[in-house]
Amino acid sequence: MTTATVHPWLASLLAGHASVPARPHDWVNRLRSDALERAHALTLPTIRQEDWRFTDLSPLYQLAFRAAAPAAAPAGLGLEPVIAPEAGARLVFIDGQFVPALSILASDGVVATTLGAAFDAHGDLVRSQLAQLAPFADDAFRAINTAYLADGALVFVARDAVARSPVQLIFATTQADVATHPRCLVVAEQGSEVTVVEDYVGLQDGASCVNAVTEIAVGPNAHVRHVRRQRESSASFHIATCAVRLERDASYRAVAVAVGARISRYNLNVVQAGEGTSCQLDGLALIRDRQLADTHSFIDHAHPHGTSRQLHKCVVGGHAHAVFNGRIMVRPGAQRTDSAQASRNLLLSRRAHVDTKPQLEIFADDVKCAHGATVGQLEAEELFYLQSRGLGERVARGLLTYGFAAEIVDRIPVPSIVESLRRTVLHETQGEALA
Amino acid sequence: MIRADARILLEVRNLSARVAGIEILKGVSLTVRAGEVHAIMGPNGSGKSTFAKALVGHPAYEITSGAATFEGRNLFELAAEERARAGLFLGFQYPVEIPGVANAQFLRLAYNTIQAARGKDELDPLEFDDFVREKMQLLGMDPAFLDRSVNEGFSGGEKKRNEILQMALLEPKLAFLDETDSGLDIDALRVVANSVNRLITPDNAIVLVTHYQRLLNHILPDYVHVMDGGRIVKTGGKDLALELENRGYDWVAGEAAAA
Repeated sequence: MTTATVHPWLASLLAGHASVPARPHDWVNRLRSDALERAHALTLPTIRQEDWRFTDLSPLYQLAFRAAAPAAAPAGLGLEPVIAPEAGARLVFIDGQFVPALSILASDGVVATTLGAAFDAHGDLVRSQLAQLAPFADDAFRAINTAYLADGALVFVARDAVARSPVQLIFATTQADVATHPRCLVVAEQGSEVTVVEDYVGLQDGASCVNAVTEIAVGPNAHVRHVRRQRESSASFHIATCAVRLERDASYRAVAVAVGARISRYNLNVVQAGEGTSCQLDGLALIRDRQLADTHSFIDHAHPHGTSRQLHKCVVGGHAHAVFNGRIMVRPGAQRTDSAQASRNLLLSRRAHVDTKPQLEIFADDVKCAHGATVGQLEAEELFYLQSRGLGERVARGLLTYGFAAEIVDRIPVPSIVESLRRTVLHETQGEALA
Repeated sequence: MIRADARILLEVRNLSARVAGIEILKGVSLTVRAGEVHAIMGPNGSGKSTFAKALVGHPAYEITSGAATFEGRNLFELAAEERARAGLFLGFQYPVEIPGVANAQFLRLAYNTIQAARGKDELDPLEFDDFVREKMQLLGMDPAFLDRSVNEGFSGGEKKRNEILQMALLEPKLAFLDETDSGLDIDALRVVANSVNRLITPDNAIVLVTHYQRLLNHILPDYVHVMDGGRIVKTGGKDLALELENRGYDWVAGEAAAA
């Protein structure tokens, strides 16, 4: 390996690394320097790689990003609409910096704190989990994220503890031309339950780059619900990985909604690492103009009696482009796996475009796997039904588009977020008549 | 109720229509006056559902000849939504499910659209909630159906009640009820039929499209028409329905062929 081969964009992005202060914990510093070294050695994704065939990041590589200046004054940021009042704990990061004044920490049964604080208070726990589910050995963006690791969010739910209210993690970008590398670790111990809301929001109009990594370890018979909203500015780039590991009898239910960003890519990897686990991965991309939203999911059924459900929807207008790649692996021995996946796509304009690819790899013989993909326009029968009740065609189309998207939104277990996303969907689908 | 001096609501003359290139209606004529209840019966595939759908403006049905006026207006110059606003209604045989759209939201939107078209007041969500709950009570519908997505996961009977609920809200001048009785058990049928009976006034009219005579024990028709092969082949009073129940449809077709 020589540094001469490092992509200039990567070199420039990593140049800011020197400004990340060293931690008093050797293992953290070592993890970071390992990741930095790895980042220098890895190549950046291009459309020549199968996994990135439809998502061309070259516009990203043409932009220069700097490290964020210290976060602006919290007042007047416009963060209010993002806040879910139900949340009992909330961590707010602005341009990568933790903002205590806007946050509510928790430490009783459910721990919600910064990784920075957790390196001290929960050192062994964090050390044993961090970068385990989302290793950086062969992924440049994860390596960059880990190289920049300084702070982030830790949600820890102790054995048999039940979080009565959701934990909300907000990562807001308020400055143009900055790159941030949000990091979250969620650990739910045996028998515990928690709902985690992960929010990425752009509060400025310029280009920014958010490169996030989230790891979620779900212990035996623990249940994690996960809501993810991505509403970056329309000039921004959002690259994220979420890696989930389910121990025996654990469950994971997730709804991920992508509305923002010029180009977004969400990698969601779920490993069923014990018997009898279940997961439900629902997704919605609602994009227009020249946006691109890409979701790559991977469900790894490695043990018997696992179930997985996935409904991924894209509503694509303008010249926008949605990508869905849903890989499902059923390993030898993962008998009686029950898996169903559906990709449903609605094109609102002639220039809108969807690439959807279910990818089943089944190596066990006693399994039930169903998958299907549809790409199309609104159903004529549904339109007629509404028109026969007096609704004009434009209103009827708006209502059906709204309903198409709202079906996913309604699966979110936090009412205020359902309300807020319903309004977003309404706005995006021009269904004003319903307001 | 038959009154010779009642206003004509619907006048259909020699209507022919096709779907996917196949002629289904072959010259149907029908006059419906205010206050009347008509039943259109006939074997499967006779064209009775097509007749109703073509009149309310289903895009799959192409009118090839004939005329239809509603209160003197040429129906075929109106889009489906304009026909609804003019006072036509179709209770669907298979109501469409619309996931993601709450029933209350849909019902209020439809109600307010029709009200606005009539120059009447619209209702805000709270006012509408009171109003719709009252109507639901008459239909024996659980208010929980307001919060669920339109028809999604409703049983066959619940879907049909939801159709009649819409009829009760929109107060059409002429309602086609397409196989509203099929799939209902006798208790549900009674509730639905009683609700329909309550909606009948001297100023509106109902056309029941049905395969079974059973419904007509509960909603008494003034006229019974038998459709076969895309035509109305026989018209009579309510006794004709009983005769059809006892003798089947074949004799009517035979009689028509002999005529």
